[in-house]
Formats: sequence, C-alpha cells, structure tokens
Amino acid sequence: MGNYLPSTKAQQQEMLEAIGLSSLDGLYADIPQSIRLSRPLNIPGGKAELEVLRTMKSLANKNKTFGTIFRGAGAYRHYIPSIVKSVVSKEVFVTAYTPYQAEISQGLLQSIFEYQTMVCELTGMDVSNASVYDGATAAAEAVSMCRSNKRKKALVSATAHPDVIETIKAYCWAAGTDVELIPELGGATDLSALEALVDESVSCVYLQQPNYFGVIEGAENASKIAHEKGAKFIMGINPIAAAILKTPGECNADIAVGEGQPLGLPLSFGGPYLGFMASTNELMRKLPGRIVGEAKDRNGRRAFVLTLQAREQHIRREKAGSNVCSNQALCAMAASVYMSAMGPSGLCGAAGQSMAKAHYLAGGLEKIGHKRKHSGEFFHEFVTVAPYGEEKISQMLQMLEANGILGGLQLNGGVLWCCTEINTKEEMDFLVSLIKQFDEGGVA
Amino acid sequence: MNIKQNLLYSKTHEWVEFLNDTTVRAGLTDFAQDSLGGLVFVNLPAEGDEVVAGESFGDVESVKAVSDVISPVTGTVLAINEGLLDSPEKINEDPYGAWLIEVGQVSGKEGLLSPESYEAFCEGEGH
Amino acid sequence: MKLLFEKSISGRCASILPKCDVPMAAIDSSLKRGSAPHLPELSEIDLSRHYSELERRAFGVNNGFYPLGSCTMKYNPRINEEIASLPGFTDIHPLQPESTAKGCLEVLALAERYLCEITGMDAMTFQPAAGAHGELAGVMLIKKYHEARGDYKRCKIIVPDSAHGTNPATAVMCGMSVINISSGPDGRVDLEKLRSAVGGDTAGLMLTNPNTLGIFEKDILEITKIVHESGGLVYYDGANLNAVMGVVRPGDMGFDCVHLNLHKTFATPHGGGGPGSGAVACKSFLEPYLPSPIVSKGGKLNYSRPETIGKVKMFYGNFLVILKALTYIMSLGSEGVVESAKLAVLNANYFMSRLSGAYSIINKGLCMHEFVITMGKEAKESHVSALDIAKALIDKGSHPPTIYFPLIVAEAMMVEPTETESKEALDQASDMYIDVYKSAMSNPESVHNAPALAPVCRPDEVGAARSPILKYTGKW
Repeated sequence: MGNYLPSTKAQQQEMLEAIGLSSLDGLYADIPQSIRLSRPLNIPGGKAELEVLRTMKSLANKNKTFGTIFRGAGAYRHYIPSIVKSVVSKEVFVTAYTPYQAEISQGLLQSIFEYQTMVCELTGMDVSNASVYDGATAAAEAVSMCRSNKRKKALVSATAHPDVIETIKAYCWAAGTDVELIPELGGATDLSALEALVDESVSCVYLQQPNYFGVIEGAENASKIAHEKGAKFIMGINPIAAAILKTPGECNADIAVGEGQPLGLPLSFGGPYLGFMASTNELMRKLPGRIVGEAKDRNGRRAFVLTLQAREQHIRREKAGSNVCSNQALCAMAASVYMSAMGPSGLCGAAGQSMAKAHYLAGGLEKIGHKRKHSGEFFHEFVTVAPYGEEKISQMLQMLEANGILGGLQLNGGVLWCCTEINTKEEMDFLVSLIKQFDEGGVA
Repeated sequence: MNIKQNLLYSKTHEWVEFLNDTTVRAGLTDFAQDSLGGLVFVNLPAEGDEVVAGESFGDVESVKAVSDVISPVTGTVLAINEGLLDSPEKINEDPYGAWLIEVGQVSGKEGLLSPESYEAFCEGEGH
Repeated sequence: MKLLFEKSISGRCASILPKCDVPMAAIDSSLKRGSAPHLPELSEIDLSRHYSELERRAFGVNNGFYPLGSCTMKYNPRINEEIASLPGFTDIHPLQPESTAKGCLEVLALAERYLCEITGMDAMTFQPAAGAHGELAGVMLIKKYHEARGDYKRCKIIVPDSAHGTNPATAVMCGMSVINISSGPDGRVDLEKLRSAVGGDTAGLMLTNPNTLGIFEKDILEITKIVHESGGLVYYDGANLNAVMGVVRPGDMGFDCVHLNLHKTFATPHGGGGPGSGAVACKSFLEPYLPSPIVSKGGKLNYSRPETIGKVKMFYGNFLVILKALTYIMSLGSEGVVESAKLAVLNANYFMSRLSGAYSIINKGLCMHEFVITMGKEAKESHVSALDIAKALIDKGSHPPTIYFPLIVAEAMMVEPTETESKEALDQASDMYIDVYKSAMSNPESVHNAPALAPVCRPDEVGAARSPILKYTGKW
C-alpha cells in the first residue's frame, strides 16, 4: 500500500543479514518487552492513493467555500497572483530543510535575504528576521525582547486582536511577568490611560495598527508616551495597510511585528500563516529566530549565510532569549513573491482599494440604519451597530450565509466588517440590499 | 602560544594585570582566543556590577559557540573596554592588549597562577 | 546571481488588479507614510526566472540523499500537497460558522484520534507551529499543573546534556531554571545522577527517546518513575519518534505529555525551515490546561475551558500541515506506520554498518533511526574535520549529515537516512561516503577547499557575524 517504502522484502532480508539479524524485531532489542505495543495500532488500514484522495475530497466537500467574504478579524482574503502559487509549489523549496549548509542552500538563503529587505522596506525598520510562526507569536516574542531585570511589565492595548492578547498573556504568564491592558476609548486605545499606566516598571507598550476594530490608532503619540518613560514601543501592523499608513519606523517604533497572511497566503482555516518581525539596529541581537546575512566566500563571491547564530538556542541553550528555530520559510517566500509581483504600485493599489471598498460599504450600510460604532478613521475593517439585538444579528448573518455570503463577524451587539480589493461594487450593493430586505421583514 | 611574564592567570584562561594593589584589568589569554576561534561578539557587564571569582561575568561569541567568561577575581567593575563591543576581533588579534574589564576593590590573588604554572596547566589541557 | 532589487526596472509592473470600481477613500495626510514602500518593480517573467534560478541553487529531498540527523528528511508524498491545495480547505476562513467548516473540524478530530493512538495519549492541541513551539506549550502545561495544585516551588527542569538546545531554552521561557545532567558512558541517562537531581523543586524532565545519539533509553520506566516519585512530570520531545512509532508509545513509557514534529515523523515537508507543526498530546489529567479552543468529541470547537493556559498562537494551528500529516497516516494505515519505523531503523543500521569500516562511530551495537560519527581523531591528527567531510559530500551531490551536534561528541556527524531510501540508494551513498573519507585522509588539502562545484565555497561566517549585512542597501 501507499507507504513509500522502496526496499523490497528480499532487499530488507539482505540488509538484515548484513547487520547480523534475522528479523526486523531484532532491531528493537533495547526496548523492554513490557513496554512494547503488543497489538496493532488502532487506526484504519492503509489506503491506496486514489482512495485517500476520495476520502479527503469528501472531507473538503463538507466545508462550505464562500464566493463572497466580508469577514476579516485577523485572516484576510486578498487576491493571490498566480506566480505566487507556482513559485511556492516548486518541489525544492517545499522539501528542503533550514539552510544550515550555505553552499547547497544559496537559493533559500538569498530568498530569505530578499524577504528581510522587503520587510524592512514595508515597516521602515532597520533589520528583519527570517520570520516566526504568526502575528500573535511575533507579538509575544517582541514583548520578550523588551524585558529586562528592571522592567518586566508589558502594556498591551485592549484594541489588539484578542488572540494576540491571549498569546502575549500566555507567554508572559509562563515567564512570570505581568501584562496589563490599556483600555479602549471609542474604538481606539485610550492614550491618556496609557500615560497614567506607563512607568519605570514597564518594559514595552504594544499597539495594533489598524486595530482589531479597523480603527487607525494614534501610533506616534503612543510611541512618544512609551518612550518618555523609557519603555519600548512595539507596533503590530497589517502589512497591506502598511503600504499607505505611517510606518512603524516613522512612528519611532522599536519593534514592528505583524501577521503576514495577507501577503499571498490563503485563508486555510487559520494556518500556516506568517509572523514578520523587524527592529531597530539597537535590538538586532535580541531578535529571535533565524537571520540571513550577506558574506563573501573564499573566492570573493557574494554569498548568503545564517548569521548571528550565537543568539540562538542551538548554541546558547538555556541562555537563549527564545527557543524559536523553525520559522515559516515557505510562507515568507510566498510573501516575497507577492510583494515583488505586486510591486509598489500594486501593493498600494491593494491597500487603497481595500480601504475604498470598506468606506463604500460603510456608507451603504449607514444608509439603511447600520451605523458605524466608532468615529475614528478606519482602514478596511469597521464595526457597525445593528438596529436590533444579538439574536437577530445572528439571523441576519445566517440569511447572508444562505445567499453564499460570509458576512462580518458578530461582535458585542455589532458586526465587524471587512473589505478587500476582491470585493466588487456589485457584491457590496447586493449585500446592502439583502440586509435592507431582511430588516424590512422581506426575507426570513 | 604566547604567555606574558608580567601577568597572573586563572585556570579558566583569563589573564589579570594588577594596576595597583586593589585594581586589576582582566582579559582572555592567547590560549583562550586560539581555542575559541574568530570572535564575533562580546557581552560585558555594566560599570558598578559586582563580579565574583569563579563566576561568569559575561560571554564571548564565535560563529558556532558561546563561552562564558569567568571572573578571575572578586570586586566591582570600574570600567569595561567598550571598543570591544564594536571590534571583538581585537581579542583575537591582541589578546593581552584587549582587556575586557577593569575591576576595583579586589581583595586577593588567591587561586591565580604564575605564568609558569599557567603554561604547565595549558600543556596539560591542550594535549 | 543578482538580487530581485538588482533586476528591478523603474516603471515595470504586472497588471494584477482591475481599476477600483468605487470612489477612493480620502485619508488624512498625517496618517500616511512618507512614500510608497520601495519594492522591486518586475514583470512576471523576471520573477519566474529569478525563482527558477534560486531553485537551481537549493537542494530538496527530491534532489537526492538528505541524511540530516535529527531532522527526519523522509520523502514528502505529492498526494499530501495536492490535498492541501484543494479549495475546500484553502478557502475556509478560520472564523466562519462551525456548521460551514465541518470538514476542517473533522480533519482535526481524526488527526487527534490517530496521533493520540500512536503516542498513547488522551488529548491533543494542534496550535503549536513547530517542535520548539510544542515544547513551549508542553512545559506550560507542566507549569500550570503544578500551579493548579498550589505547588509554586517547582521551578526546575532537568535536561540531559545530549538534548536539543530547544529543551533548555524552552524551560527558561517558562521561568524555570535548568539542571543539565551528563550522560553515562553508554550515552544514556545516568540514573544515579537523575536520582540526585530530582527533588521537591523538580517541575519535570524533558527527554527524547531514542535520544540524540540514536540510542534507546532502555531504563525509561525507571527514569519516568524516579521523576514521578519526586512529584515532577515527564515531557517527551517527539523529534525522534520516527524510530519507534507503533513499536512503543510515549504514553506506555510513562511520559505525561509529548510534542510531535509532524514535519519530521509524519512526512509533511520542511519548506526550507517551516511551516511545521508541533502538535502536543497529553494524558487526560493535563487536558484541562491545553490551549483553547480544543476540538471536542462531537467535532465542535470548545472555548469554555476555565483552566486553559490560554493561547500560544492564533486560531487552531498550521491547519494545512496537519491535513498533510493526516493524509500521510491514512495512506500508511496501522501496519504502514509500524513498518516505516522499522525500516527507518533498518536503513540506519545498514548504512552505519557500511560506514563502520572507515568512520569512527559512537554507537556500540545497534542504533535506532540515526547514528553519530566522530571525526575528533581525524581532526586532531590529520586536519580533516566534520566540516571538511560535509563540504566534500556536497560536491558528490549529497546533502551532508547534521554536523557538530550533539554537542557532547567531538566533531560530530549525525546521520539519519530515513526509511524512504532504497537499498541501492544506501549502497551508492555509502560507497561515496567512504570514498570521500579515503581521499580526504590521503590528501587533506583536497577537502579544505571543498566544495568546488557549488555556487559558493565556505562563506566568511565570522566576517558576516562581526559586521552584519542583513538587507540589501544598494540603490534600486
């Protein structure tokens, strides 16, 4: 059956004889009989490739794929250029390991170096690592980077993505350090509350831009408040919005992190995604994970290598600042190809269109009585307040679902909507007309 | 291997130069830099930190290893050689010129080796 | 070869997006960045050729023998990739209603059921994205378990000196201090040292079995008993599970929780360093602490878990990786899983025996899925190091083994052929390994300049680390 074992029984026998054994079980002489599994594994028998394909396709068919999506909340459906899929499905890139041996891995190392350069361009920061697991872990690792013996407490804006907050909290709980939430005011971070909270015990302030509700935060001011008290400033950004919004570099952030999924990665029920991380030169040696650097080889040729490795766990062990080793290399490559295929004008186009469409939809919804909850400027997400309660909101979203539309995310008496460049005017007009009809009692 | 006659040594391969009775400079020996290979980064303590003989006060990084630097004396850090932070290769190039820290209020010389004893010690370690 | 930036031509671009069909939104200039991000400007053919050129300068499992110890570079079946690209999986939003994501939830539930059976555990989280991330979640479970009992003095994690560096680094991330215990002369955990290391402050022990020397810890029941009697828990680092899956289970050896490297043991590809999956399985008494949500028996996401450690990542983990691992387990089935383990061990032993005439091998007797060579003597006496052999192997078209790990072996070369190599492939590879050894020993100079056929030769890593250049700074 499809078990990918090329050696025939006869060859296995030859090999056994060569090492002086008569059976495969003899290989396990060191394992006490008392702990060996004396029965077959209780999982189904092997399947041929065609059977596996059928089984898995039937599982895929149990999912509903929505043609129209107005939901984001941390995972965004942007258009993925065809070249992205074609590059990241190249067998070599898919099956290689971490490029430890530089000579045999220049292709991967160069692609990571190019990725690092583009992340620096996007964030306005000095240095980038080769990526971490996702936006939430990038945020948690950034918080760890800022910790010192004197400053242990992290201040995290309550307007950050809830999963990011939860992840930072779990990492900090494990490390035995405190996290305090900076309260929200009118959909944005309450900066006067931040001013009152930040003191000499605070290691860093984490702010998400645009925030979970889509609102554009006063990042520069938050940065100033943090720095005045000697705390570091970490900005979690949406990489598409970054094409038009003030960069973390321009906001004097010490570290920029974010979820790279919008840069050419499909939704995929939540992963694999991509955590990007960039910092100032000053914090370079505290960045976790792999970093690729340029070097000269023996013959003076340009070469790329994994560098600053002595920061990392495989050398520093218990003194390492982080245990990260694997990153999301193939996802980082997808992001590189995406950014290169889009180019500056394409990326700004995707950002501008996403924002334009969200504003168009917000206007349409407002006309039928679904007003925006917050007044601040927003990017491609916004919260509306429904003219009715939770139960009816849920019915409204189900009505959309029945029409093949994944509506916004239900959120405390409101709905968090998202638009990207993929959403068309027709789709948005249709959405608004469906909701209008529903509100007027026209559709059940 | 180069061992300087006017210095004292520790078994963890640091050299000590007494500037006066209670103040020393300390660095890594030629033997140490040679076995560590090309150094790429140095972590040093801050001025005012206490160092304890036999305990680590910092570390040095080569490409593939990190090694603790063990303090040969007990005392208070008066100064660090900041130039090394930018140019760690100086330790490889001139180990006895590239001091790491200057320590004050040093109480004694116990446990430190003479150049002759250190040379004998290295021969025992090396081969 | 040139970088993307060096190929960029101002004004060049591909036409990807249509014109915007709604009015553009105004944005306050105080919120805008100074100038558009400076990204390369290229056409599709530029990109296509660029990445094809990079592809030729990389080496994957499809290119040839890849015996990278501890990394389990087995063949990555194509069917797994095909299934992971079905729109019925790739186009599913993580927050769409559960009733519309039943297939995804069933994938998670099935993968959990099979992997719990293979590990002898009761419950699982797929949130961790890599082995090290799994370790972090696992040690968090241990920490939470002690805290939940009101026992706050357990702050030490015991780690053998042969362990992966991630083990001690993980322990420290969880606020623990690390007790390293040195291995006995046979490369196994020294029981007396373990006994004297455990106590009322022991949070737990982290262990791989087989260990990083490719040796099975045969006293494992005694080891787990010693730790349990001290009140600590035992964590199984699943990096080396490929040797024993279906033969012996961590749960039956006395382990309390385990992480699996789905990207090693369960044939999901490494992607040049990720994405992976470090799924964590545990005994039922630790289940309440698993990250939220978990998939309940009824195939629903359960968020109502007051004792959870929280989250270690967004959403539910690297779903497509889990999907590939499930596909692989389905293909292998009950018998195939065990057979794969056995052939991994057979291949390692066969390859080891072929090399033993030339190389000095640490393992005495049989090894598990990998073995360790030492070049210590050769390095000292003949100036032929593990690095030299590794670089010479590159010229022969093989990916080198892992070198300089484990740290406790001088000039180590760690070799893991995996079960997906055929006998002919191993015969050919061993001839080549012996050939390289012999020519290196007869003429050490010849390997000092290897590789000669690769695009670059021994980049100056010292220079790169002293004056780091981490991005392209030329003009474009």
